[in-house]
Amino acid sequence: MPAPARRIPHPREKRMVFAHIDREGYTPDIACYLSNGGYEDLKKAVTMAPADIVNEVKASALRGRGGAGFPCGVKWGFIRPGETKPIYLICNADESEPGTFKDRYIIHQDPHQLIEGMIISAFALNVHLAYLYIRGEFPQGAKILEKAIAEAKANGFLGKNILGTGFDLEIYVHRGAGAYICGEETGLIESLEGKRAYPRIKPPYFPAVLGLYQCPTIVNNVETLCHVKHIVRMGGAEFAKIGTPNNTGTRIVGVSGDVQRPGYFEIEVGSMTLGELLNDLCGGPKPGRKFKAIIPGGSSAKVFRADERFKIKVKGQDGAMVEKEIGVMDIPMDFDTMAACGSMAGSGGVIVMDDTRDMVETLNNLNQFYAHESCGQCTPCREGSLWMRKITDRMLADGGVESDPATLASVSNNIAGKTICAFGEACSWPTMSFVAKFPEEFAARATKPIPPPTPPEFLSETLTGGSH
Amino acid sequence: MQIPTELTAQIDEAISHYPVSKRSASLPLLHLFQEHFGYISEEAILWIAEKLELQPIAILELVTFYPMFRRTPPGKHHIRVCKTLSCALAGAEQLKADLCKATGIPCDGHGGCHGGTPGHGDPVAVSPDGKFSIESVECLASCGTGPVLMINDDFYEAVSAEEIPNLLSQYK
Repeated sequence: MPAPARRIPHPREKRMVFAHIDREGYTPDIACYLSNGGYEDLKKAVTMAPADIVNEVKASALRGRGGAGFPCGVKWGFIRPGETKPIYLICNADESEPGTFKDRYIIHQDPHQLIEGMIISAFALNVHLAYLYIRGEFPQGAKILEKAIAEAKANGFLGKNILGTGFDLEIYVHRGAGAYICGEETGLIESLEGKRAYPRIKPPYFPAVLGLYQCPTIVNNVETLCHVKHIVRMGGAEFAKIGTPNNTGTRIVGVSGDVQRPGYFEIEVGSMTLGELLNDLCGGPKPGRKFKAIIPGGSSAKVFRADERFKIKVKGQDGAMVEKEIGVMDIPMDFDTMAACGSMAGSGGVIVMDDTRDMVETLNNLNQFYAHESCGQCTPCREGSLWMRKITDRMLADGGVESDPATLASVSNNIAGKTICAFGEACSWPTMSFVAKFPEEFAARATKPIPPPTPPEFLSETLTGGSH
Repeated sequence: MQIPTELTAQIDEAISHYPVSKRSASLPLLHLFQEHFGYISEEAILWIAEKLELQPIAILELVTFYPMFRRTPPGKHHIRVCKTLSCALAGAEQLKADLCKATGIPCDGHGGCHGGTPGHGDPVAVSPDGKFSIESVECLASCGTGPVLMINDDFYEAVSAEEIPNLLSQYK
């Protein structure tokens, strides 16, 4: 593999998880990790009571970095005290949400950070067997992780009697095979059981109740598990001071598409606006162009129009909630405001389109993705994602009819909320939002008259003599 | 179908990673077979099923579900071009067309499972000299450095048309 391009962190970044990413001379082996304070947090963790580590994670208010933003400590808290069944930990390294590219760098450049985060989490949760589910398209990443695991084992951080504490843990790397749905935690578990990755019917809502092999299981994202290590180091309360209340810590955002300097940035959650991210850190739009549309949190997040405005509630100077009008570029990069503006921070993948882009074409690309990746288990999603793709395909081939935008809206509205897993929302939100926010572009591609209705002699009432 | 000793060792090692259920070793075994033989044959499906004490359909349904598994042989070097939004914005479609031209593989858009030219998914189109095959794939998770592609297990970022001859010449 060619050496990855090294990037210098932007001064407005706050690097914790990405502290060693792109550092000159930093290598993924354990010697380098140890000489940079590696596994010190594990040494600290094993002196703590497991329940105290869980409490620190709860106090940190860390929210999962995979996409849903669910509080990690709450998820961990679902494991019943005194659980008699084996408990499993799975690291979700299936990074496959379009627009997201953060786990790749942790895995390739700083694998021991992730392994250390996993060992600490396993110790806290009384896990003795953990799996690292990595997407199939990271063959080199899988090899790097396997090497890191072997090194950790050779150094007594993994295996039997870790650091003389009597705690045993094995971690195995499990490779996926190209299916996006494996990022859904119950789909991932099915896949790890050797089956098709069909997400499981809820309830139980969390694999912490019934997960891998019908045992309690915690599934966490790569970035989330890395944060656990930092929480142990600095303490949950101290971690919670980073960011804003309920939106704590740092997170890695990746910007791609039409900006001058696309890339990844680790920022304090809420410390800058979307506009600052795109203009200051990414250099703004390409020369002579203007931003047109921004997908703020991975391809599934609803799109923003660059000129859109929102009314949100914020705390005024006297502490009372007041309404405030803000533009897209003023939205802080956090979980809650992003949701209040009708989209989501999701997986932190920001995709930018400028005024040279055709929104029907853009949506069609996403529709192709979702039609391809629907697992096929639920009818609304399997059929709906395909029809949305077929309609935008037809619109691009000059076959758009006047009713197409309305049909797209209706199909998407009939998927979200009607499926076993959140893929239903994920595949319908792009169509829903693109059609609603760029009606003029969709109308311009949907000009053919609607085909004439069926002649009266073929109507069912006529055919049956009006008898039913 | 000959299973060499080192592959047998890898298979046994993989199975040992799943002390609770051998069935979990299905995907790892499919990967090992595809890495060794280039694709998943009927024989391979039967062999894996027997090894893991499963019905063959339990393996076949994985091969048809997971996009990475192929049922026909690829070229000597297999190229995967990312086609998803960020790479598309960075010119992935042109890159794929250029790669097809350079390798002599027919192309009209992102094909195969995506509704374009047949033969760019499974079965995959192979160049006339058997050296290369090209497949359009969904997001490879390097959106900031598009367009990206993989040749076998090697990963290349921000690939430009000018780089193609040099890039391909590294694969004999």
